[in-house]
This record gives sequence, structure tokens and C-alpha cells, in this order.
Amino acid sequence: MKLLIKNGRVIDPANQRDEVLDILIEHDTISKVAKNIKCPADMVIDAADKIVMPGLIDLHVHVREPGREDKETVITATRAALKGGVTTVLAMPNTIPAMDTIENVQLLREIIKRSACINVFICGAITKERSGKALTDISALKRAGVRALSDDGASVDDEEIMLEALQRAKKNKLLVSCHCEDKILANHGAVNLGFTSTRLGLRGISKESEYLRIARDIQLAQKADAPIHIAHISCAESIEIIKKAKKKGINVTCEAAPHHFSLSEEDVLDYDANKKMNPPLREKGDSEAIKQGLRDGTIDAIASDHAPHTENEKDIEFERAEFGVIGLETELAVAITELVDTGILDWTELVRKMSLAPAKILGIEQGTLSVGGRADIVIVNPAAEWVVEKKGIVSKSKNSPFLGRKLKGVVEYTICNGALAYPFV
Amino acid sequence: MLWTKKDLLGLEYLNREEIEFVLETAASFKEVSTRDIKKVPALRGKTVVNLFYEPSTRTRVSFEVAAKRLSADVINIATETSSVRKGETLIDTGKNIQALKADIIVMRHNYSGAPTLLARNVDISVINAGDGWHEHPTQALLDIFTLKEKLGTIEGLKVSIIGDISHSRVARSNIWGLTKLGAKVSVCAPKMLIPQAIERMGVTVTHDVDEALQEADAVNVLRMQFERDNQNAFPKQLEYFKNFGITEERLIKAKKNIVVMHPGPINRGIEISSAVADGKHSVILEQVTNGIAVRMAVLFLAAQANEKVDSRQ
Repeated sequence: MKLLIKNGRVIDPANQRDEVLDILIEHDTISKVAKNIKCPADMVIDAADKIVMPGLIDLHVHVREPGREDKETVITATRAALKGGVTTVLAMPNTIPAMDTIENVQLLREIIKRSACINVFICGAITKERSGKALTDISALKRAGVRALSDDGASVDDEEIMLEALQRAKKNKLLVSCHCEDKILANHGAVNLGFTSTRLGLRGISKESEYLRIARDIQLAQKADAPIHIAHISCAESIEIIKKAKKKGINVTCEAAPHHFSLSEEDVLDYDANKKMNPPLREKGDSEAIKQGLRDGTIDAIASDHAPHTENEKDIEFERAEFGVIGLETELAVAITELVDTGILDWTELVRKMSLAPAKILGIEQGTLSVGGRADIVIVNPAAEWVVEKKGIVSKSKNSPFLGRKLKGVVEYTICNGALAYPFV
Repeated sequence: MLWTKKDLLGLEYLNREEIEFVLETAASFKEVSTRDIKKVPALRGKTVVNLFYEPSTRTRVSFEVAAKRLSADVINIATETSSVRKGETLIDTGKNIQALKADIIVMRHNYSGAPTLLARNVDISVINAGDGWHEHPTQALLDIFTLKEKLGTIEGLKVSIIGDISHSRVARSNIWGLTKLGAKVSVCAPKMLIPQAIERMGVTVTHDVDEALQEADAVNVLRMQFERDNQNAFPKQLEYFKNFGITEERLIKAKKNIVVMHPGPINRGIEISSAVADGKHSVILEQVTNGIAVRMAVLFLAAQANEKVDSRQ
């Protein structure tokens, strides 16, 4: 099987490429990247005026399987990913049961083998049942095939346990991804603490609950001399802390979610729980700081924190509604609209944040269009506009904060492992 | 003014002209309650459903009296006895009430924003009768109505709101309403009971009750909700009364004709002394009477807006 992509603008930061080129794919591999490739192919895609980039790699996705198949499954999540141009995801461990034993990891691996449309890596739990009380058997999880560790949705409160986790993760060459939240300081809040929480009469989640925990976890990582990744940063203070740590040479990386740089707390004044997530939407100054952090390199990656929930869990009183929003299908378009179109990032930097950097953080040989590399490619029409609508959503859950929003950038083709996987046949 | 808003969710969402129009409409209804036959046919054939998710006597009764004086049919639903206990969602409950061809839902809910959610999902009117810590618009309207009656105008008035501001929907609605009408509002409470960034609602903050009373033309005293923490409540109550209670001694230093309001129910000897509650400055019972006129106005206008929607369809 030969697939030829013609005349697209190829963006490939790993090879310092931004030019109009052809790409030839044979089986699952990129076999040639050059101008005017003349070669018979089983399929030719005309990519004139399109952007051709490595498939996106999303470090933060909740596939909900096993346990909450009513919200999402591996099939529906990975199909949603394809529509969004995402070819690799890291699946968070807060499933039911959690990814805290070999057996549970094997169970998910079998589901993935059976039903995933893209590459799905598993993130194991740091502690048993993600309760923060006792460490999982990290080397066993590594042998079972997990790629990283996290207690996502919860932070490990006990410093000794967290330090031990970082040390063992390092020994096993696993990355620790931290959901940084001090639950006591978060005070059972539903929205950002400040004018918005006051105005809405809701309990607020302070920024301190996030950034003080980030500072602690970075300190522990420094002590353990282990790499650390900070998930979904939401406020300016967090960025400052990470910036300083990076300057000191500490091995810290971080990600931001599209909703945190494109929306702000004022978007939640209508009590629409589709805009309720944790960490919450912060002030305009914070989303601005995230954009700047992306621009100056403090923020390494964009990750969706795709968190599907059913309508029964979202179309209810705000305080009762679940935290989390879906994002796989919109992350690229939101990034194009908010970052590329506004001049904050150029295409090369965008691809770095959404593909190359996540690959490096995960330690996988992906995120490039190198000859000989695996053919995970997305072809985007950068000028096309679309409106996010419930009926177009592929994910099993429809809880997008962008419903009704006009976005720029349409994924036209997603090639995964050398096969044309999107549009769906 | 042509009233087109089907819902009343909070005073944050009304502008000055709209608030003034509700107050004018209320003034025209006030006289009805003084008649021998306290009834007008304005809402004859309309059905008002009081949907209360939180226990309330005074607000519910006030809405019921108001609706009945407008000749509406009134149905009271208390959630202890309804299918909500069987797990029905708020939206389903609302749609069922709509399917009964009711015209107006008056809702009290313990969760902030619940009336907003309901209003978005039904075509009939939703009147917020208090949601969580968010808003209690008819209470603020009746407070403002009473103030206007007593002092003539709201513009330029200095009004102090004293008590648990953090957890008070009455405070929030009063702040929005009063500031829109040009009053200077200050809030006074222990630090713990002042919510974050409240200044951005256009108020000043003090923790000193004497300072709050000093220049005030009116004071709105809020109930302390000590029932929330049952232990050690009594010493706390005494301490609160000592530091923040409105007493005759404190009022000596205040303006001679200061108006003292309270949304009720009052806790004598905690946030207000009996002498003040029953004294010459107090308008607490007039507030209750005015509440009927204000709620008649709100119900009347909501029904009008709905009819306009119907006629457009």
C-alpha cells in the first residue's frame, strides 16, 4: 500500500522543515519526503494549500474505559481523536478499576488492542486506588506496559509517598505527571475564587490550591533528581514557578489545556456546567499568561484533558455537575484560532507544542515526519471555519465548552500508522 | 415600558429602568391589599407553581398571597413530597410543570444558579425566590421599595448591609439593585463573612459596625445563620451581638431618621436587639407588607412578557 501526499505545506520542527513538499508513505512508514515525488501510488491526496504535520500527541485524555463506558469508550475516544487530528494519547488512570495493578493494566491493554483506532499509551496510578495512601508496585506497572504515572484527579498529599514515587519512577524510567491540587485549599469550590465566585454565589477554588502544590512537587522532584511533568496549569503564578524552576535547571515540563488559554471565568457566568472543570477557568490575565508561557517556551505542550461526562451529569445544578470537558475534537482548531491566527505561535511552534514536545516528554520516537519514521500524519485546511455543534461531536459525551463557537482549522485527513483513518469510511 | 423578560433571575440582569419600572408597577398594586376585597383579576386563569427545594415560609406565603390577590391559581410543590425525592432532575421537573400548562414557576433552591438552569430549559416564566448564595431579587426589590417609600429616593442614599455577606443572596441582590439606582452601599461583617472581591460589585467594605452606621441613611441587617454550626453557637452568638448587633446604644450615634430593615426571620438578641426590631426606626413589618405588592408586580410583568412571546409565535 502506497500513499502519496502532494503539494502540502509540510511543518516538521524535528527536521526544521516548513516548505511545500510531497510525502510518500509505504505501509506504516514514511519512505520519502521531497519535492515533486513521482511515483505510482494506491492513493494520492492533493494537499495544496493545506498544512501537513505529524499527528498530534495528547498527554492528557480520559478514555473512561474500563468502568464508565456510558461516558466514553476506547473506540469512541480514539475516533474523536482521529477527527481532531490526534494519533497518540496518554490514557489517564482514573478508570474503574484504576490502573493500579498489573491485571487492570492488562485489562485495558486488551481493550485497546481490540478497539483502539490510534496509539493509546496507558498512564499507571501512583498510589493504590489513587487514594494517596500507598504506592502501587511501580516496577510491575512498568512491566505491564504503562508509559507514565499519575493520580490524575487527585494529588498525592503525603510528601514522603510523593518523594518515594518520584524516586521509583526514575528508577523505572517513567515520567510522573502531576495533577497539582491541595484539596483543603480548593475548599470544595466549583469556580475560580474571586469576583466570579462571589457574583455567582459559589464556593471558589483558589489559585494557591494549584501553585503551592506545584511548588512542592517541583521541590520533591529536585530532591529526587527525577523528571516531573505538571498537568493542566491554569494560572499565572504556576507559570512563574515553573519558569524559575526551569531556569534553575530542574527537569520540569508542563502542559496547558485549550480551554485555559481560550476561555476565562467570565464564560461561566451563565452557570453552564459544560464550562466547569478542574482546575477552573481563571481570570483573563491568567489565560493571557498561558499564551505568553506557550510563546516563551515555559509551557511545553498543549493537552486537552479530554474528560467526557454524560448529559445527566452535566445538565444539572452547577455545583452538582461533574468537573471536566471534552477536547480531543477541538484542541487543534482552538489552538489555531487562539494561537496561530493571533500570531502567538507560528505553525512550527504549534506542531512542537502538540506533537514533538509531547513525544519527547513521553520518551517516544514520534512527533516527526522523518523518513523511516512511523506515518502518523494530519492534513489540515488552515483557512476553513466551522462551528462546534453537538450533533457533529464524535465523542460519546457532548460536554464541550466550545459549543456554538466558530473555530478556524479543519482536519481533512488523519493518517495513523500509514493508513488513512479519517475521514471515516 | 414594554416588559419582555420572561424570567426574573436576579437584579444583576436588570438595568436601572427595568428596576424602576418594577417598583412603579408594585406601587400601583400596593393599594389592592388595602381594599375590602383584596383581589384584582389581572392573572385570572393563570397558574403559578411555587416550586420550593428549600424550606421557606415567609417567601412562599408572600408569593402565594400575591398570586391569589391577582386571581391566579396557585399550586405549592415542596420537594419533600414530590418526585424529586425519587431522583427526578430539575429540568425534567420543570418540563413536567410546563406540560401541566402552568404559566409561572416561582422557585427557591439551595443551589446557586438552579433557576438559571431551569429558565434556559422551559418556555414558561421562572421567578427566582432565592437560589443558594446567589440572588433573592424579590427580597431586594421589596427592600428598595420600602426604602423609597420611607426616604423618597434611592439616588445618593447611603445604605449599609450588615451581617453574613458571604452566604447571603439578599446581600447580593441588594447590592446590584441599590448600586444601579445610585445608592452608596457598604457591607459590614467579620472578615470571614466578606466574600472575595466584593468591592468589584461597587461597594465599600468595613469590619466596624459603628463606622457602617455612622453616615448611613439606612441599614439592612442580615440574619446570622448560626444553625449551620450547632456546637458552640451560643458564645459565638453573644460575641457577634457584642461586636455587630444593632442596638439602641449604637443607633444613638447614627443619623436621627435612619431606617432599619431586616429580611427576616429575625433573631432577637443576636444580630438585632428587640428594642431596635420593635422600635421607631424599624420597618421590618412594612417590608413584609410591601413584599406582596412587589411580588404582585413581578408575577404580573412575567405573565405579560410570556403573552408577548406567545403572540409572536
